[in-house]
Amino acid sequence: MGAHYGLRDWIGQRVTAVYMALYTVIFAFCALSLPEMSYDAWSNLFRGGLMRFLTLLFFLSLFYHAWVGVRDIFMDYIKPVGIRLALHVVVLFLLIGYAGWAAQILWRL
Amino acid sequence: MSKRSVHFKIYRYDPDKDEKPYMQDITVELEASDKKLLDALMRLRGKDDSLSFRRSCREGVCGSDAMNINGKNGLACLTAIDDLPQPVVLRPLPGLPVIRDLIVDMTQFFKQYHSIKPYLINENPPPERERLQSPEDREELNGLYECILCACCSTSCPSFWWNPDKFVGPAGLLAAYRFLADTRDEATSERLDNLEDPYRLFRCHSIMNCVDVCPKGLNPTRAIGKIKDMMVARAV
Repeated sequence: MGAHYGLRDWIGQRVTAVYMALYTVIFAFCALSLPEMSYDAWSNLFRGGLMRFLTLLFFLSLFYHAWVGVRDIFMDYIKPVGIRLALHVVVLFLLIGYAGWAAQILWRL
Repeated sequence: MSKRSVHFKIYRYDPDKDEKPYMQDITVELEASDKKLLDALMRLRGKDDSLSFRRSCREGVCGSDAMNINGKNGLACLTAIDDLPQPVVLRPLPGLPVIRDLIVDMTQFFKQYHSIKPYLINENPPPERERLQSPEDREELNGLYECILCACCSTSCPSFWWNPDKFVGPAGLLAAYRFLADTRDEATSERLDNLEDPYRLFRCHSIMNCVDVCPKGLNPTRAIGKIKDMMVARAV
């Protein structure tokens, strides 16, 4: 019998990939159309609520995508259950930490 | 055709005699009638009767002479000997325990195959003659039912190498879709439940090694994609 999960992560990984691709295009367009590459212009770009939101969404997508990918690697290569569980926990905490850190940076800019 | 000789490098391992496996260099003279790799192997066995491999139908139907031929899984009986670059390197199918020489233990492979219940499930009393399908519904089973379970696909799949006990593998999943796609089968939702699992189905990352090696030209990756489609359709 199946563990009754797996589909959500599989779709999630695809959806986040599409969003990250879209964001990359939007971000490249915005960054290239800046009048000059200065701190002010850069922080102005992220001062807009929409850009902040889209960027945070990008980072959350990246971390969710990375979580599924890294978990898949552990499932393939790390056989002892205890070590695998410990690695899962470490990666999860790291990614959640990164998400908080990304938000903090975005709202500080 | 005139007489020609073929140089082989063959994986040899007899657990009763050998401490560890080794590669044997051996050359064999072929007769004009020897067309396939299997013919050459039979010729070789005439020279060295300790060489072990499975074979039965010698025409690509039984699936017993699957082996790793010059780095790619295939059936010895369907592989033309003259097309192979020499030395012809023969190894047992990768990832399964070796019993002796080119013979592997397929227990794990068949265990996965049995886990998907490879038979029609329909609790309704059968009609007097047979359960009929429309030609269109029958069409859906083409490219699925032809699998001969030679294990070329599953043993070329890294996901199956790493998790043969948990990942069903391309052969098993192709068979699973064969019954999911059958309009006469009524266990669709149980079958999908059985596969909804990060290991059993979702270890497949569509690298298509299975499609590359299938001696019957089948496409397990497409079948796996269709199983995922069915799961998505059921979930949203």
